[in-house]
Amino acid sequence: MTPAGSLLEAHDLRKTYGPTPALDGASFSVHPGEVVAVMGPSGSGKSTLLHCLAGIITPDSGTVTYGGRELSAMSDAERSALRRSDFGFVFQFGQLVPELTCVENVALPLRLNGVKRKQAERTALEWMERLEVEDLAAQRPGEVSGGQGQRVAVARALAPSPKVVFADEPTGALDSLNGERVMELLTESARTAGTAVVLVTHEARVAAYADRDVVVRDGRSRDPEYAV
Amino acid sequence: MSIGHTLLGLLESGPRHGYDLKRAFDEKFGHDRPLHYGQVYATMSRLLKNGLVEVDGVETDGGPERKRYAITDAGITDVAAWLAQPEKPEPYLQSTLYTKVVLALLTGRDAADLLDAQRSEHLRLMRILTDRKRQGDLADQLICDHALFHLEADLRWLELTSARLGRLAEVVAP
Repeated sequence: MTPAGSLLEAHDLRKTYGPTPALDGASFSVHPGEVVAVMGPSGSGKSTLLHCLAGIITPDSGTVTYGGRELSAMSDAERSALRRSDFGFVFQFGQLVPELTCVENVALPLRLNGVKRKQAERTALEWMERLEVEDLAAQRPGEVSGGQGQRVAVARALAPSPKVVFADEPTGALDSLNGERVMELLTESARTAGTAVVLVTHEARVAAYADRDVVVRDGRSRDPEYAV
Repeated sequence: MSIGHTLLGLLESGPRHGYDLKRAFDEKFGHDRPLHYGQVYATMSRLLKNGLVEVDGVETDGGPERKRYAITDAGITDVAAWLAQPEKPEPYLQSTLYTKVVLALLTGRDAADLLDAQRSEHLRLMRILTDRKRQGDLADQLICDHALFHLEADLRWLELTSARLGRLAEVVAP
């Protein structure tokens, strides 16, 4: 039985790289506006699960369903369009475009979705204010600190009003204080906007910002929401 | 926590009644466990007997007698010595968790389930503390952080033990 009302769900995912199974029967679900932490030791399959959920990689078997549509039934172009319109991403190392200013970075996903420059930058600035980095609008990523860069990356992920944000170890490169601030701002902004967050982390203090957690161990996950 | 030393420390800023002391203690340190009046008065009589405080005045205001306490020089020295003395780190060498894991292995029960249940309970408490931290002031944040770091250390132990269960089972229940 799948969890009622879930926005994104995965059932019995299996994925093998060569002889090594990365996922071996993983299930997962997240509801709109919910923050779920995916936890587990290094190499347990957390990131592979996230990549399958986001449609970046295709599992060998099992299903990923988003808003009632199965991702594997979509074409590559449809999945790319879905990632641009409905999904946002935050990685461990911001991965901002170094040649662009911070506000241009935040505006980038909006521009890719066809929003005009002025409107895109206005929206980007609003998000930068929420993430308390509006002063960095004209700076380039190389000129800001790790914590500031990560807040810019969170603003970029949230600016297009995605339905789901995937955050892969978003505080992994930050010290405790900066990491906490990023988590506070990410979870608060996502909850206010009704955005679901799939948060991959191996740190319990980071996972404690989520509403619940799913543990991945040896490629298998235990999602209590999933009545198997 | 040494209630006596904490009350003494609170008296350093000026004389106070027992009731004021209790209120100041609860506000700063007693979020989860406020002091009972009995504790305050018992502690103050002990401090008085040991010469660490003295009665600065007695008021009645038509009601019961209320003593105002002041810290003595000996009391100030005592607080200074307490603050300078490092706390003994608690190594938790005989933790209940360890005992439960070993007993589960000895009796053929599922120790991994036990560890998972504990992990989940730890994380549940961590979420509550994180939420309290989010809504609290800086003092709340510091108190919660202290608890969160301890719980995190426990969780790391749980993870490591979970990864070593096979080997532990061979040693404990060959």
